[in-house]
Amino acid sequence: MTSVLYDAPGPAARRRELIGSVVGSLVLLVVVGVGVVYAAQRGVFGADRWDILWSPPKNQSAADVWTSLVVRGLGATLRAAVVAAPLALVLGLLLAVWRTASSRWARTPAVVVIELFRGLPVLLMMFFGLLGFGWEALSAVIFGLVVYNMAIIAEIVRAGLAALPKGQTEAAYAVGLTRGQALRLILLPQALRTMTPSLVAQLVVLLKDSSLGFIVGYPELLKAIQNNAQFFGNNYYVALFTVGAGIYLVVNITLSRVALRLQARQARRSTGAGAAPAVPAGSSTVSAADAAAAVAAGKGATPRSRSRGSRGRR
Amino acid sequence: MDVLTDNLPAYWTGFRMTLELTVLAGAAALLWGLVLAACRVSPLRPLRVAATLFVEVLRNTPLTLVFFFTVFVLPRFGVLPPLGFWTAVICLAAYTSAFVCEAVRSGINSVGVGQAEAARAIGLTFGQTLGSVVLPQAVRSVVPPLINVLIALAKNTSVAAGFAVVELTATGRRLALANPGNSIAVLVGVAIFYLVITIPAGQLAGVVERRVVFAR
Repeated sequence: MTSVLYDAPGPAARRRELIGSVVGSLVLLVVVGVGVVYAAQRGVFGADRWDILWSPPKNQSAADVWTSLVVRGLGATLRAAVVAAPLALVLGLLLAVWRTASSRWARTPAVVVIELFRGLPVLLMMFFGLLGFGWEALSAVIFGLVVYNMAIIAEIVRAGLAALPKGQTEAAYAVGLTRGQALRLILLPQALRTMTPSLVAQLVVLLKDSSLGFIVGYPELLKAIQNNAQFFGNNYYVALFTVGAGIYLVVNITLSRVALRLQARQARRSTGAGAAPAVPAGSSTVSAADAAAAVAAGKGATPRSRSRGSRGRR
Repeated sequence: MDVLTDNLPAYWTGFRMTLELTVLAGAAALLWGLVLAACRVSPLRPLRVAATLFVEVLRNTPLTLVFFFTVFVLPRFGVLPPLGFWTAVICLAAYTSAFVCEAVRSGINSVGVGQAEAARAIGLTFGQTLGSVVLPQAVRSVVPPLINVLIALAKNTSVAAGFAVVELTATGRRLALANPGNSIAVLVGVAIFYLVITIPAGQLAGVVERRVVFAR
């Protein structure tokens, strides 16, 4: 990997770098090694801590354990996310359109709703559902996820609309389209295309936040891990947690990669198609997709930020 | 509304706890995130790999899972983290540092390539290039996203409610359970306290960002 921050290394620098790399790796390995040895001495890697994954004690079969983790645990996590995501997308879209209403009075409620829900923790919204409205856990989790993410998605879509060149709106009105038609036929299709990476990144956040269900008593993946550990004994926490964390990492990193790839494709397409006019004022050195992504990533993402911003605000 | 005024001391204690968590974890996350970002752009490969691994894993892990790990799994390794407040600070700091690192790194990337090239051309070393030329410029474009990261942190402190820390959300839960008839009013009170932190901070981020844009 080359970087503009330092020269391509010459022979002396390369030797130094090699030494540094070897020393650094050794230090890291020693640190990790000490940790592993310490853990091993405490029996963390003993088969009796891990056999829950293939032959659990207490007359249970491995299939039971895996079913409780993957089918019931992950299933519950996904169920909450799968119900919440489309709802948040649709409501977010509506809010975004409402927010761009021409009259100040008409758009104030949308602004208030967005600012309000963006500034509140998802967990608090879940407690609103659970304790405030007395709903069951699943509804409370979905409520929290929808309410928060619709506000974020509304912001993403609004930024996408704002990043479109003014000419698009003007041309749409010039050919006699109404506001609704212009939005539906001209503006939203373009905005949504540039917004796809940010939207996918936000879905990762939504999926991650579904784990908050653990705290409000929704039996999702973490709860399944805890239940298993309480049933089979605390010593199995390490094995069970490894499986659970692995599941989360695989699902989330896959989605993140999809977002990155979409963004890369977006950037290629917009530069390839000569989308220079799409660059809004004030960011002349930034490609259209980058600028749009930057705006979308929230107030203040910098150019070339990679689908980071909106993920930062969970 | 009596519920709110009657329980003001409880709210205040919870609010202070949330603030303390935010400030301590925020400071630690800023420092650690800066170190991580420096590692991620450094010429030394093992540092880059280690920092990238750390950031990618934490960014793709739910915060609840980080808490879960520290509270339930670490003791199995023989590490007994002090329960409650400091566990929460450590978890929040570790989780947030990944986002701080990403914000700083994209800030470094946003500085024009020519700046780094020019610095190198006049013979500055990696440390000098980063310290005297790139970082001072990067800071400007990094501040608004960093504020957003800290806002997210302020909201994320609520997760500590699930792990034996009595901050705002936990206070809200307790009061809501104690006053079933007024639970919505109680939770609205909690919401107001959060908004007191997040909305001004968001405005600040907006102001700073507009300044930065004009300065370019």
